[in-house]
Amino acid sequence: MEVLVQIVVFVVLLAIGWFAGRANEKRHFRELAEHEAKLREILVFNERRPPADRAFARGVLVVGSVVIAEDYFKRIAAGLRSLVGGRITVYESLLDRGRREAIVRMKEEASQLGATMIFNVRLETASLSEDTSGRSPMFSAEFIAYGTALVPAPGA
Amino acid sequence: MELTTLEAVPGKTITRHLGLVQGSTVRSKHAGKDILAGLKNFVGGELKSYTALLNESRAEAVERMVAQAKAVGANAVVNIRFSTSNIAAGAAEVMAYGTAVVLS
Repeated sequence: MEVLVQIVVFVVLLAIGWFAGRANEKRHFRELAEHEAKLREILVFNERRPPADRAFARGVLVVGSVVIAEDYFKRIAAGLRSLVGGRITVYESLLDRGRREAIVRMKEEASQLGATMIFNVRLETASLSEDTSGRSPMFSAEFIAYGTALVPAPGA
Repeated sequence: MELTTLEAVPGKTITRHLGLVQGSTVRSKHAGKDILAGLKNFVGGELKSYTALLNESRAEAVERMVAQAKAVGANAVVNIRFSTSNIAAGAAEVMAYGTAVVLS
């Protein structure tokens, strides 16, 4: 009986993860595509020096960050995948979402300042799911994108 | 106070170099929010309360770094870097560091 209850709970959680998680991911990718198209004019470089032949009024530190977590389905799928090794596609899409979202947020901040370029951009990922208690918690990670937004000098 | 991830501020020259300044803060997740985030975990996606928490922490880390820079007489911090690390269950350290300089 107890085993049956456990199996039912597991299947329900898996179903929630599969349906809700997928819907979430689809919506997120759609929103990302929209935002990225809107912010296309802002150029992002990881080059360390801005071009010397352009005049800039000021440079402002801009940061975008997001904490993103896996769903139950991804967790189980990744667990099964790691038995045989290879690409864990469920995590690839999750990390892609996080990183793109962080970049979008950084660009949004830059666009509010009237900047046209962001230089010396750095990307960081920090896993937040390590647990000392031994049980493995759900995976979540913070993604940060930061750089210096350059506002063009008037008339430049 | 000018803050930048670049090695120099465009259009200005660095006249003095005052060394490394840093600011950090350790924040733990709110237990109630943690439970909510735990529920959210079944469907995945963004954990908004954590995003807000870490953004707050980062703002504080920057503030502390700026305070340190002011204390040594700088008017800008260049080459700023951020880092986040998970130091214990439910607690994260957010750090900001850079080089304090005097610009003219």
